[in-house]
Amino acid sequence: MAGMKALGAADSLGNRVAGSLAGVGPILLVLVVWWGLAHSGRFTPFMLPSPEAVALRAWADATQGTLAINIALTLYRTLAGFLIAAVLGIGLGLAMTRNAGVNWFFDPIVSIGFPMPKITFLPIVVLWLGFYDTAKIAMIVFDAVFPVLTATILGIRGVGKELIWSARSMGARERDLLPQIFLPAAMPQILSGLQVALPIALIVDIVAEMTMGGYGMGGAMIQASRLADSRGVFAGILEISVIGYLLVKAMAGLRRRLLAWHQEVLH
Amino acid sequence: MTARFLRYLPLFLLGLAWEAVARFHLVSSSALPPLSDIVAAWIDLALSGDLLVNGAASLWRAGAGLALAIAIGAVLGVLMARSRGAERLCGPLVEAFYPLPKSALIPVTALWLGFGDGSKILLIALGCMLPVTIGAYNGAKSAERTLVWSALSMGASRWRAVVDVVLPCALPELMNGIRTALALAFVLLISSELIVARSGFGYLIGILGSNGTYAPMFAVVFTVAALGFLADRIFQLLMRRALRWRE
Repeated sequence: MAGMKALGAADSLGNRVAGSLAGVGPILLVLVVWWGLAHSGRFTPFMLPSPEAVALRAWADATQGTLAINIALTLYRTLAGFLIAAVLGIGLGLAMTRNAGVNWFFDPIVSIGFPMPKITFLPIVVLWLGFYDTAKIAMIVFDAVFPVLTATILGIRGVGKELIWSARSMGARERDLLPQIFLPAAMPQILSGLQVALPIALIVDIVAEMTMGGYGMGGAMIQASRLADSRGVFAGILEISVIGYLLVKAMAGLRRRLLAWHQEVLH
Repeated sequence: MTARFLRYLPLFLLGLAWEAVARFHLVSSSALPPLSDIVAAWIDLALSGDLLVNGAASLWRAGAGLALAIAIGAVLGVLMARSRGAERLCGPLVEAFYPLPKSALIPVTALWLGFGDGSKILLIALGCMLPVTIGAYNGAKSAERTLVWSALSMGASRWRAVVDVVLPCALPELMNGIRTALALAFVLLISSELIVARSGFGYLIGILGSNGTYAPMFAVVFTVAALGFLADRIFQLLMRRALRWRE
């Protein structure tokens, strides 16, 4: 019995290694094709710098400390905007589901604001708040709040009546319903909204840095582009995609942790 | 009628408050031009042709980029769902590139194709492709195997089975993917035009802003916002119509 268990574990480990190798394969292939194209002489190093040149550049950015500053600033703005949007979105969502007046006032604004390309308001935000962090964070909040808000409303409205009735009949007080029933039951939806909002926050921050300039990963990329420094641009893409990937993975991990009790994870 | 009026009353009230705040100079009129001035500026822009010329440039870029994204994305997604090899090859790449903040591509496409139409079309095509691919992939995967088998056993070719069975099954998810791509196309279009362009809505907004003519700048900003909103609503209507057979 114990032997079979060990065998099973070894087998699943082997599968996992094979699985991750199969995932790395195509990415290696892209690197090889990139390397081949860059050295084929068909493209100038300006149009397509070689992967090793880009890696060296990213390494230089990292060791000189500019990368750390740019990452820290980009992450700070992205996460600050995201957190404010999360608090605002969940708070307003709760208020809209519990108060008819609040719902009446905000419902048309949300239904018109959600599908709008909010980024086009960027010049107005700059006009009001200037070129610095406040404007960038405000723009992120404006863009990232909508998915959180709509997900919260959908989640709370979707809580089954039976759940509320059972809680009441088992003696739950009205003020306990929100933290004990509504929020946990709506949690999967709210987390989905947050998972949509986080990449939006990063995209908007990069655009805001590109238009307003200054430090940050988007600012560094647009600076490299203006100086015709194509290695810097490609290194920027590499660095930004790693950050984007890590943020998305971290959010998925947070979801698994917060929903550890939920059947979605238990399976 | 009254229900509709009551529903949209908050927007009307906001507009009224805006006009009052600006007219009574509670805030500087360069920070918030009165709504009526913005309407007048919009009419001027529309009559002078500025709005039309730049709007046409923007819509061409967004339309061409989106069309490419939908064509390539849908084919890739269905291919990945139907063929093991394609799935093994492209799956990890899609997963790796999906979280890439699409706006980071703006300097790269500008590096390759300059500051004109080409770089924006490429940007929108690249940026909008993956949501379409993922929609097509999930939709085509959800096609019931028994349906596909029945079609094949009744003598359909593999190609016909894909066109007649897999594609209709994939349509709802595919259209959801396209809806995401549509919203993304506007974002990428305006961002790239705000950063580098010589025509288009984003360029017009930038020029008007740096000239300090804020009423027309607000007019163009709200025009773009309204177009984005309308595009989404029209696509939703299309979606409902295209999926009516499912009910």
